[in-house]
Amino acid sequence: MAASTDAPATTAAYLQIHDVVKDFSGYKAVNHVSLDIAKGEIFALLGSSGCGKTTLLRMLAGFETPSAGRIVLNGQDLAGMPPYERPINMMFQSYALFPHLTVWDNIAFGLKRDGMPRDKLAERVEAMLKLVQLGKFAKRKPHQLSGGQQQRVALARSLAKRPQLMLLDEPLGALDKKLREETQIELVNIIEEVGVTCVMVTHDQEEAMTMASRIAVMSEGRILQVGAPSDIYETPATRFVADFIGNVNMMEGTLQSDYPDHVIVECADCSHYVGHGITGTEGMAVSIAVRPEKIALQREMPANEQAPHNRVQGTIKDLAYFGSFTVYHLLLASGAMLKVSQSNASRHRDDQLTWGDTAWASWSPTSQVVLTQ
Amino acid sequence: MKTFFGWLRRGRTSVIGVPYLWLVVFFLFPFLVVFKISVSEMGTVSVNDVLSIKDGVLQLTLRGTSYAFLTQDDLYFKTYLSSIKYAAITTLLCLAIGYPFSYFMARAKATIQPALLMLVMLPFWTSFLLRVYAWKGLLDENGWVWRALTALHLDQSLAYFELISAPGKLMNTPFSLVIGMVYTYLPFMILPLYSNLAKMDLRLLEAASDLGATPWKAFWLITVPLSKAGIIAGSMLVFIPCVGEFVIPELLGGPQTLMIGRVLWDEFFSNNDWPMASTVAVVMILLIIVPLAVFNRYQAEAQEKAA
Amino acid sequence: MKRSTPFGAGFARGFGRGWLGAGYVFLYLPIVALVVYSFNDSPVPNLWKGFTLKWYVKLASDGEMLGGLWLSLKIAFFTACSSLVLGTLAAFALVKYRRFSGRTLFSGMVNAPLVMPEVIIGLSLLLMLVSVQRALGFPERGAMTIWFGHLLLGMAYATVVVQARLQGLNPQLEEAAMDLGAKPFQVFALVTLPMIAQALMSAWLLTFTLSLDDVVLSAFLNGPGSTTMPLVIFSRARLGLNPSVNAVATVIITLVAIGTVVASIWIARAERERAKAIAQAQRDDG
Repeated sequence: MAASTDAPATTAAYLQIHDVVKDFSGYKAVNHVSLDIAKGEIFALLGSSGCGKTTLLRMLAGFETPSAGRIVLNGQDLAGMPPYERPINMMFQSYALFPHLTVWDNIAFGLKRDGMPRDKLAERVEAMLKLVQLGKFAKRKPHQLSGGQQQRVALARSLAKRPQLMLLDEPLGALDKKLREETQIELVNIIEEVGVTCVMVTHDQEEAMTMASRIAVMSEGRILQVGAPSDIYETPATRFVADFIGNVNMMEGTLQSDYPDHVIVECADCSHYVGHGITGTEGMAVSIAVRPEKIALQREMPANEQAPHNRVQGTIKDLAYFGSFTVYHLLLASGAMLKVSQSNASRHRDDQLTWGDTAWASWSPTSQVVLTQ
Repeated sequence: MKTFFGWLRRGRTSVIGVPYLWLVVFFLFPFLVVFKISVSEMGTVSVNDVLSIKDGVLQLTLRGTSYAFLTQDDLYFKTYLSSIKYAAITTLLCLAIGYPFSYFMARAKATIQPALLMLVMLPFWTSFLLRVYAWKGLLDENGWVWRALTALHLDQSLAYFELISAPGKLMNTPFSLVIGMVYTYLPFMILPLYSNLAKMDLRLLEAASDLGATPWKAFWLITVPLSKAGIIAGSMLVFIPCVGEFVIPELLGGPQTLMIGRVLWDEFFSNNDWPMASTVAVVMILLIIVPLAVFNRYQAEAQEKAA
Repeated sequence: MKRSTPFGAGFARGFGRGWLGAGYVFLYLPIVALVVYSFNDSPVPNLWKGFTLKWYVKLASDGEMLGGLWLSLKIAFFTACSSLVLGTLAAFALVKYRRFSGRTLFSGMVNAPLVMPEVIIGLSLLLMLVSVQRALGFPERGAMTIWFGHLLLGMAYATVVVQARLQGLNPQLEEAAMDLGAKPFQVFALVTLPMIAQALMSAWLLTFTLSLDDVVLSAFLNGPGSTTMPLVIFSRARLGLNPSVNAVATVIITLVAIGTVVASIWIARAERERAKAIAQAQRDDG
């Protein structure tokens, strides 16, 4: 959705988080995190609750002080700066709209604190209202608005001051599924139109993958992997990341042969010809990750190039019909279950696979990843 | 950040410090004074100093006679016991009347609950002194309640149980005292109970019913235990002040009803015996320290839960 | 709305209504009696002799009572204002600052006056003030010392009311204000204060009423010439039944009743409109 960018390697990054630690009496909520975020990108911190992403966000906003490390925004070290002096604005999970103020006054709040002259202020507020399409609701109070409208007010309010950095705390958490899909697109469009650098925090991988240009997966206060959504999905760096994002089949095995351009891994049920080299020693224990949608399922033995690698036979133990696709659970000889996802491209298939059928699963060399951590 | 936290620290110091200081000076310090005076000697107009200089020598004069007197004269002991007794009776009656009252209020239709609550609050906002005085009128001969009770000959049963001295004499008796106290303190029982019961999740009762409990069982196994906090709060709000009540025993009580609040008052205003009054106060404080601690713990827990 | 009661639904409803009804009769009977007998043309309140307004006429020239009323109103006003200030500070201290040394003692001292028998508070405060007076020469017992006592009690009640409201506040609102550039004091004045305004008002009214009604503290702490209205009423009531008391009671009851009913209706209406607005917003979801 958003244009993918890599952090510029030569110029100093717009937002630099240097080795930041947050220690709560011995418990390290954020454990030596370093990130470089480019100007204009939408960056997501993704992880389950307790992983430290919210604490990190609050340190950016100024509500928490880092126990160690530095945060530098646009060349300015933020140490010692209270939240009301930072050129950063945040959109809160609960929206935190001031209930006693109208929509207009809510958006104008930050501008008034800056002492903006009245005519310029009015201009800016009107522009914001137009941006989020709430012009008609200017005189309403928050309790007179629906959830989606309240969110737009919160967005307008946090963009009004044209901050150098905008923080989003679980932006779509409070909305139901249908509304979420529509709002995702709208939100990204508005952010890109304004061109503001954005850091968002979420536990919802769909949200992160669709909205962000780069994602950092966090767990237990540490960053596990940073990259574009496709990189994270297709080439996860660790078992945790592979398992956290989307669905995955994880197979344990030993590294049999190590070549520069490919490796062969021996697993309990099958052997894998993986189309990339790794740094490792023969005989070491590794995991192979294959995504369910990358596996082909058929009755006859597949004739693939790397035979006898990259294929395995099993019985269909279970299947779940999702309308646009079906997930098959294939029971392998060792007792392990292989998840295969097939899109239902045609309405009717004569030899539709069903419970109890024997089938062959096969995949290409490059659609799997070897994981050593 | 230094200036920010510097300001925060200064702000924090005054926000905590001002009320704290005020309380220490006007609440804590006076208790120390009371204790000191309880071991002092009464002079003509006021208390003699504990520390004095006689012939150039610093002298500490402590007199434990007040405490000795307290233990010797068993009237004091009886009065303390009697005060606790009446406070306990009042609390139990308030609970017996107030619990069903709050329960039915909390289970009434949501739209009329605010009105019901307002009707309970209205007497609460009206002067309590006047309402106690009103009972003087009602229980006096020819008062409505007097007429009702004597007509039904209930006064004879009351006399039988020694709640009144003789049939027909309803005023200045244990009966009138208890009615006055229950009447005054009933809202203090109803309000915390109501707030507790109104917040209860009714789905818990539905779940109990689904699991086979009869409504009666569900009430005792679920509603009552969950309202424990409200019961304790209400009981403490009634019991502790009742122990030291003065106005109600003075207006509605009589020679039969020994209450320690009156004793304290008399020692101070009638006998002008400050050390004695202080001694009575010190022992009263000791008596209520345990319920006071229970109340304080309940308040702290309620705040923790709300936070 | 499904209601679960211990007995069958029909019985429970009848029993419930009966109990509530009896309870309200119990609560209001004395009040009604007071009012009725204030119009009784007889020095003995319980023997009805005829309708009259003479007690009210007498009240208008009752210097002692009116003087007491005026003094009580003044003290109540100061008590309410100062209780609000101290109570709000204490409430903030307890809600915002989770840990500070001596917190348990502080919390105990703030809550104790709520339940402590007034004779104890009155006696101890008086003895302390006398000691201070002997040492420093002031304060003289009078209106100011009564005010101290009422303030002690009022602060406890104000703290409870304000604290309850503060705890219900969404902390993200104050963070949002700071995030948008409001300095800590501005956060308090522009965001926190408007949101606790209603609680502040009820705390003010509560402490005002408490002060106006107080007997024991006023008795211990008053001085020559500072007799409050409750003390006047109390001394008359001690001597026996007195129709002038009925008259002043009716006046007070009427004022309180009007105030309470008006306030309740006002609040109820505001609540209804608010609920309507929220429902309307849900319907035209954007």
